[in-house]
Amino acid sequence: PPERKRFYQNVSISQGEGGFEINLDHRKLKTPQAKLFTVPSEALAIAVATEWDSQKDTIKFYTMHLTTLCNTALDNPTQRNKMQLIRAAVKFLETDTVCYRVEEPAALAELQKNEWDPVVTWAEKRYNVAIGSSTSILGPNIPASTKETFVSHLASYNMWALQGIEYVITQLKSLILSMGLIDRHITVEKAVLLSRLEEEYQIQRWGSVEWAHDYDLCELRARTAAGTLFVHLCSESSTVKHKLLQD
Amino acid sequence: MAALGSPLRTLRGLLRELRHASGRAGRPYRRTPAYRHVVATFRAHRVTSEKLCRAQQELHFQAATYLCLLRSVREHAALHQEYHGKGERSPEEIAGLVGFRLPQQPGGKG
Repeated sequence: PPERKRFYQNVSISQGEGGFEINLDHRKLKTPQAKLFTVPSEALAIAVATEWDSQKDTIKFYTMHLTTLCNTALDNPTQRNKMQLIRAAVKFLETDTVCYRVEEPAALAELQKNEWDPVVTWAEKRYNVAIGSSTSILGPNIPASTKETFVSHLASYNMWALQGIEYVITQLKSLILSMGLIDRHITVEKAVLLSRLEEEYQIQRWGSVEWAHDYDLCELRARTAAGTLFVHLCSESSTVKHKLLQD
Repeated sequence: MAALGSPLRTLRGLLRELRHASGRAGRPYRRTPAYRHVVATFRAHRVTSEKLCRAQQELHFQAATYLCLLRSVREHAALHQEYHGKGERSPEEIAGLVGFRLPQQPGGKG
């Protein structure tokens, strides 16, 4: 399908009854399900407006990650409730990237130990849980109490923030790395590096292919950064009381 | 708190990315809501000083994350344009690659 041309001159934000809205010239932005696009945070609205204003001749939706996240929060196309989102997020722990270890090659096993052990230890201390790691094909055996701790913790986030958290977990394939980001323990660049450790190891051995490796790296960084920013902006105390965020 | 480096460096990087992000030449990038918001936030919370309190560190993390977003989107879009932007070849071009010509069928396939 041909790309949509940029059909608007000016992008601005305004404050409506439900929150902050995005104006493309005189038109109000709507979600894919035709709802009015409203966000609870002014900073988030400004960042979304910037995405729209950055478009040159054609609208490249695949670069507009914050817009996409807001649309998901507003439309909830998968129709999941809060507990379903939380359980989906915590389920990732069973196949968490940083817990799944190889035995060979030895160099990769060593790299995983050196790079991933610290973040697993951090999570265990921070949340007072047992996680561990495993070389078994079945993955680590996560105690039920550990899962319940994370369920409780995630329940303290509102629905918008949770959409963001689940998104980041899906991108990084790791609950632990995502919590590292949400808790500001590691940067996006570091989280992405740790998520892609095996790729980075292979790249160091065999060389990098720009149109594949760098492409994937930039895309993962962009999505992870968007998700993280989205979570933080939707969890700020100035935003949290907003009625859009009430479950 | 993650190792973030100098807040001033983050601010400069962010403002540079916002300059790149201005899609249309019309409006000067310094007058965009994003630019204003970033500068105002850094100023109001004094996020450029040497030692940062917790709230300032959180703001710095947010700024660094936004910088990562803008930079990665720009780099990804550039790579996309370079390697994936040309679309598909037409059937005629594909046939031509291996030395064939498509048959002429003025009456259709019949």
